[in-house]
Amino acid sequence: MMNYTVIVTDVLVAGAGLAGERAAIEAASRGLDVIILSLVPPRRSHSTAAQGGCQASLGNCAMGEGDNTDIHFADTVKGSDWGCDQDVARLFVETVPKAIRQMAHWGVPWSRVVAGRKVLPDGREIEDKKEKEGLITARDFGGTAKWRTCYTADGTGHSMQYTVDSVVIKLGITVHDRTEAISIIHDGETCLGVVARCLRTGELRIYLARATVIATGGYGRLYGASTNAIINEGTGMSIALDTGIVPLGNMEAVQFHPTGMVPVWILITEGARGDGGYLLDKNLHRFMPDYEPVKKELASRDVVSRRMIQHIRKGYGVDSPYGPHLWLDIRHLGAKHINTNLREIKNICMNFNGIDPVKDLIPVRPTQHYSMGGVRTNIDGAAYGLKGLFAVGEAACWDLHGFNRLGGNSLAETIVSGWVVGRKVAEYARDAVLNYSHSLVQGFARKQQERINDLIAGRLGKENVYQIRREMEQTLMDYVGIFRNGPDLQKAVAKFQELHERAQKIGLRSDGKWASPELTTSLRMPGMVRLALCISYGALTRTESRGSHAREDYPKRDDVNWLKRTLAYWKEGADLPELRYEPVKITELPPGDRGYGESSAASTGGNKANGQ
Amino acid sequence: MSTKQRKFSIFRYNPNTPEKKPFMQDYVIEEVPGMTIFTALNKIREDLDPSLMFDFVCRAAICGSCAMIINGRPRLACKTLTGDLKGTITLMPLPVFKLIGDLSVDTGTWFRQLQLRTEAWIHTDKKFDPDAVEERMDNRVALEIYEAERCIECGCCIAGCVTANIREDFLGAAGINRVARFMVDPRDERTPQQYFDVIGSDEGAFGCMALMACDDNCPMQLPLQSQLAFVRRKMLAFGLLGK
Repeated sequence: MMNYTVIVTDVLVAGAGLAGERAAIEAASRGLDVIILSLVPPRRSHSTAAQGGCQASLGNCAMGEGDNTDIHFADTVKGSDWGCDQDVARLFVETVPKAIRQMAHWGVPWSRVVAGRKVLPDGREIEDKKEKEGLITARDFGGTAKWRTCYTADGTGHSMQYTVDSVVIKLGITVHDRTEAISIIHDGETCLGVVARCLRTGELRIYLARATVIATGGYGRLYGASTNAIINEGTGMSIALDTGIVPLGNMEAVQFHPTGMVPVWILITEGARGDGGYLLDKNLHRFMPDYEPVKKELASRDVVSRRMIQHIRKGYGVDSPYGPHLWLDIRHLGAKHINTNLREIKNICMNFNGIDPVKDLIPVRPTQHYSMGGVRTNIDGAAYGLKGLFAVGEAACWDLHGFNRLGGNSLAETIVSGWVVGRKVAEYARDAVLNYSHSLVQGFARKQQERINDLIAGRLGKENVYQIRREMEQTLMDYVGIFRNGPDLQKAVAKFQELHERAQKIGLRSDGKWASPELTTSLRMPGMVRLALCISYGALTRTESRGSHAREDYPKRDDVNWLKRTLAYWKEGADLPELRYEPVKITELPPGDRGYGESSAASTGGNKANGQ
Repeated sequence: MSTKQRKFSIFRYNPNTPEKKPFMQDYVIEEVPGMTIFTALNKIREDLDPSLMFDFVCRAAICGSCAMIINGRPRLACKTLTGDLKGTITLMPLPVFKLIGDLSVDTGTWFRQLQLRTEAWIHTDKKFDPDAVEERMDNRVALEIYEAERCIECGCCIAGCVTANIREDFLGAAGINRVARFMVDPRDERTPQQYFDVIGSDEGAFGCMALMACDDNCPMQLPLQSQLAFVRRKMLAFGLLGK
């Protein structure tokens, strides 16, 4: 029987986006050998697409004056609708200013404070002070009490990823790009590494490590309309779930970004509204102040997305062949501002819609954007269930975001968790011993080879992988979207159970040899459906509304019964996840009113009770 | 909505099976309004030929993955509308880069080598102090750095460059622009000599024959011509005046 190539290292990181690379840097600079696996070259990672910015309470700009870590903490906890771990949130807000400055030290060209008087689009006059000139500035983002979102013109994620990758290259860290981790190797107690498939040749390889870090990003592409890059299929979450002993946390918490551009669903950054953009309806009426008189367009993302759908349901949407949408209006910000600080928006509008936002309105609708859920870890980033397995960034449920992430907190999380968890990974790996049985390790690879052989031979069936995929995408869109209810979620769960069975019976139409793209998708498909089941079954079971999880049949947050985190396990051979729950850590800020959204007394205009 | 049939002629070759020679394969699909090469290629793969290899990641012209030769010109496939192209749409992989299969090429390895050769990171003796306030920088300088930093390493400038097509070791416009990015950054403490060592040669700033296809082909509209002039001026000043 043939043996698979074995590559041994101290630390293995699956995923070369910001979180993965930052963790790798931390481990490598503490003397450990690190290998990063990535589906794509690191600089193609989805982190580069984050245009808007990165929250840190530096308090340098005029509208950020008086900001501090306590205010950032309170915004984050309220944003999460009290679903986040408050120890993690505290650690995060205290670390992020240092992490931002470290990025500046490494080369990120953060936009800086320019002293002088300015008039905001709404007429307010502000003055940036001379003594702050040249320090890192910030823009406004949703759900924040201060202007706190640091940025580099229109390409924050891009310049952060390029800078962090420059440090990876400088340190000589090994990157195996076009390589996909398709199975976690473990002995029931300890993670030993992964089985990976080379996306150049199709070859299977075994990577063994004392510590393995999942940093594969989110699962946005399970949804038919997502702002995410097409590689975001939750591969790392899926292989963690497949162990049967590592749970995924809060998978029902799915963020919809208010402004995906119709019909290509490319993100129009929150910076557009942060810098003063308006949302308009079919009568060109600016409707958000009617619902949210205080925060207007800059309530948290879950709230703005719901208000938009409510408004469309009332008949104020603009009809289009792709369904009704609303308008984003940034014309009043002026050509100069749009062509520098929002240039990426202009390019996207011109390239993909042939419209110029300097003079045209942008068609938008809330679009799947971010996965708050993921591989459940403790505050050190260590995954539940297996020693030696860690997770960071969007792939993880650390849990900084609870049921709704604030804009600008995801880039910030990548560099903070990469730093903090990378250190813990290094400490763990330094002392750990890699103890494994040859046959156990080879067996994991052989099992994957059998799956491949079955798919190529069509031994288990002739299902078309792309058909299954389309049905999965549509079902999530139709029944597990912004507003949810019991009967719809029931339908979704039943459909995914059917698709899960069919996904075991995929047969390839191509020969499946080498780096066959059909084989790549077919290997991922059953895992993607299992993630869809974790999302929909978790949502069906959670009979309350919290953050992004909005149940029409249970419209109130229920702290008595549901102030807890969902943990989804998948036992081998099961057709549904097993759900368990754990308490949410509340240390400083007890559950209360968010100050915006449906529970806020001040906002009755669009209250769900009388709005729908 | 009116629809029409569009013909695609696509380069096929798998370097793992050299006995099967490269060939052009034709596919016909219905053109829908707003169709891009991204949507078209996925439709071809899903409905007609699941073996077809190509690369997309962000599909929003941000990540640089999907450059290919479209009707003779290097372009990003994701933002190329089929409606803007006439007749049969011919797709070829980028030259210069190693072919992975069909339209997929290995730009990642090439660009990592470029970063290593130009030492494309901040060179400084300063230690990071996590408790100190950041060093100040004029916002104009930050924007100037960012302008060069905007390169997405798609490879269009390299694929369309005569020098890069005949000299394997030529750093090309992307390499020259990358060095220019660090030259304008006050945090990088490299001396003119150190820059000269990485870029002051025929593989670097002096290998360019100034045909400037790079400048025309850049999907990010980077000012590659003026970046070249800037780096050459710096190198000449060092070569002639020693500073």
